[in-house]
Amino acid sequence: MDKEERKHGVPMAKQDVLERIHNFYEVALGYNEEQALAEAERCLQCPKPQCVKGCPVDIDIPAFIKEIKEGNFVAASAKLKEKNSLPAICGRVCPQENQCQKFCILGKIGDPISIGRLERFASDYERTKGVTVPPKEKSGVTGRVAVVGSGPAGLTAAADLAKLGYDVVMFESLHSAGGVLMYGIPEFRMPKKIVQAEVDYIQKLGVELKTNYTIGRIFTIDELFASGFGAIFVGSGAGLPRFMRIPGENLGGVYSANEFLIRVNLMKAYMFPKYDTPIRIGEKVAVIGGGNVAMDSARSALRLGAEEVYIVYRRSKEELPARAEEAENAEEEGINFRFLTNPVKFLGDESGWVKAIECIKMELGEPDASGRRRPVPIEGSEFIMDVDTAVIAIGQTPNPLIQRTTEGLETTRWGTIVVKEETGETTKRGVYAGGDVVSGAATVISAMGAGKRAARSIHEYLMNKKGA
Amino acid sequence: MYEIVTKQEVASNIYLIQIAAKDVANKAKPGQFVILRLDEKGERIPLTIAGVDLKKGTVATAFHAVGKTTKKLAKMKAGDSLTDLSGPLGNPAEVGKFGRVLLVGGGVWCAPLYYVAQALREKGNELVIVAAGRTKDGLIFEKELKEVSDEFYVATDDGSKGYEGLGFLEDVLKAQKFDHAIAMGQVVLLQTVTELTKPYGLKTMVTLASLMVDGTGMCGACRVTVGGETKFTCMDGPEFDGHQVDFEELIKRQRVYLPEERMASMIYEKLGGGVKRG
Repeated sequence: MDKEERKHGVPMAKQDVLERIHNFYEVALGYNEEQALAEAERCLQCPKPQCVKGCPVDIDIPAFIKEIKEGNFVAASAKLKEKNSLPAICGRVCPQENQCQKFCILGKIGDPISIGRLERFASDYERTKGVTVPPKEKSGVTGRVAVVGSGPAGLTAAADLAKLGYDVVMFESLHSAGGVLMYGIPEFRMPKKIVQAEVDYIQKLGVELKTNYTIGRIFTIDELFASGFGAIFVGSGAGLPRFMRIPGENLGGVYSANEFLIRVNLMKAYMFPKYDTPIRIGEKVAVIGGGNVAMDSARSALRLGAEEVYIVYRRSKEELPARAEEAENAEEEGINFRFLTNPVKFLGDESGWVKAIECIKMELGEPDASGRRRPVPIEGSEFIMDVDTAVIAIGQTPNPLIQRTTEGLETTRWGTIVVKEETGETTKRGVYAGGDVVSGAATVISAMGAGKRAARSIHEYLMNKKGA
Repeated sequence: MYEIVTKQEVASNIYLIQIAAKDVANKAKPGQFVILRLDEKGERIPLTIAGVDLKKGTVATAFHAVGKTTKKLAKMKAGDSLTDLSGPLGNPAEVGKFGRVLLVGGGVWCAPLYYVAQALREKGNELVIVAAGRTKDGLIFEKELKEVSDEFYVATDDGSKGYEGLGFLEDVLKAQKFDHAIAMGQVVLLQTVTELTKPYGLKTMVTLASLMVDGTGMCGACRVTVGGETKFTCMDGPEFDGHQVDFEELIKRQRVYLPEERMASMIYEKLGGGVKRG
């Protein structure tokens, strides 16, 4: 392979845009064997790989790519699973452009290696061939650990602890495990059968899953200790939707992104009335916010049959917090962006259904604490936008249930749990936490990294306790 | 899976079921609710807990078979199983030593009201209870409620049994001094009771049955304006001070999915209203 050839990455096929806006099937189609081999071939196998520095879960990236290059696809997946129990998920939703791929040396002369696509390829390959489960290590460790929440952080912590030999019980408040992967990220970006396969894998590692258990209601943290758990990991996520606190917000047709996505993803409202949960979608839908959740909501609305879908965002395109790829997909599908625009109130009809949003134009002022330029309303620029559905996607905060019902668990004023970053230790002995409940809404992979660190510290804690 | 241990029709189209869910039974308190899902394609529906049997490890709840899910549930038999049951959810009703308490229950809600009444009785309160219904056929738990009360009234919308409507409560409120009031029922009943008690400054707690999806604070479908602030029924309620609740908004929000609910129910009936057993 000459230098010129090496510069260009192998593109990944996507479902045609005119097709995909009418279905919920996955948009990105993944590599086939030939494409994966060609992409793996480009990898320089650096003696001092930089990519690894960008991986929150320390995957030996060159090693797994080498296996693909040599045609050992199952071995590649095994290599990934040494560090990452959820590769099919990470290969799809990790922001690789800001992590491993950002450091890839090839990125200096052309396209970096598509590490995420290769990760997805290897794990998808293994899943279709039948997943192998590593035998339980005879580590001699004993003890029970409770994991609260079965999203990315909980699944990772549970998998690592089970591999170490602990009896792990994972509690999930909803009827399906997977957390945000199940209820939040839509089918067209994260097929639910893949999440289910990863959850099945975690159970095969020996983790006992208890769905329909809302910790804080059915058991408190202290009751879990009393029932014999030696340590507890809390990965309860950021499940509480933020609202705008503007007039008319409680009108019919105004949804939190959480409600909208739970109905669509978890309850499969896009198949109503075959599935029992309904969702009402009008002709004109406005989604407020600029993150991945906003993109997911807008693209779901389109697939549900909306004629016009708008993203209403108070800053400009440059500040969009969504992954560039997601914003591009949305644009390609015909989502209209209204930048520098902010809702002031929702207007309803007599029956109490939303019919319009009064918005105001914004301009960017001085940088704020986040380093981004603060959006400032332009006086007198109010205008009316006719809509029949509005989705508020301006962020989520942690669910306060566990914090409210656990004595000695310190929280910040944003409701997140205080931990020592390196270990995930909370202020309550034996309780560890990680993921969105600590960081506020962030990425799948950072939650997994936190789950991993916490599993390691829980192991140390339990070994020391046993020794003492 | 959660087995239906017993099932009985307690009035026309109103059913009381006991479901095996030991951990839920151990923790449940009056005023809390459970969320059920009948099968893999089912919706999540909240139902208020109407009592527990700690020995059998069961949770009781009553429902009126009016929508697709409740009609389907009505067709299930003892021995059948529900795919999911989550609970207890929501906060327990406030059960203090108040003194003289007025309790008003409407139709199917008389079952969870009885659960609250028993707890209030144990605390040593005097109870004046009203069992209300649309017609005499919609009344349930009359005997039980009467037994636990010091004074007992029956009222129906059409006057087919007891008083016609709740207007008679004006005289009751004029004649006696109450320290606390609780209303459980359809929104219209809650609104009527709070309007009646308001002139007397009688604190009246109402239990709301808002639309819900997850019931754990995630979706916000159950939001309601209480004292000018948006609250989540599942997290902050379901019991609220009735004099602070914006009932007009609540009624509108309750109706949001009526067309879809009617459609689902119609299709279900057209297809013969079957139920898969397993």
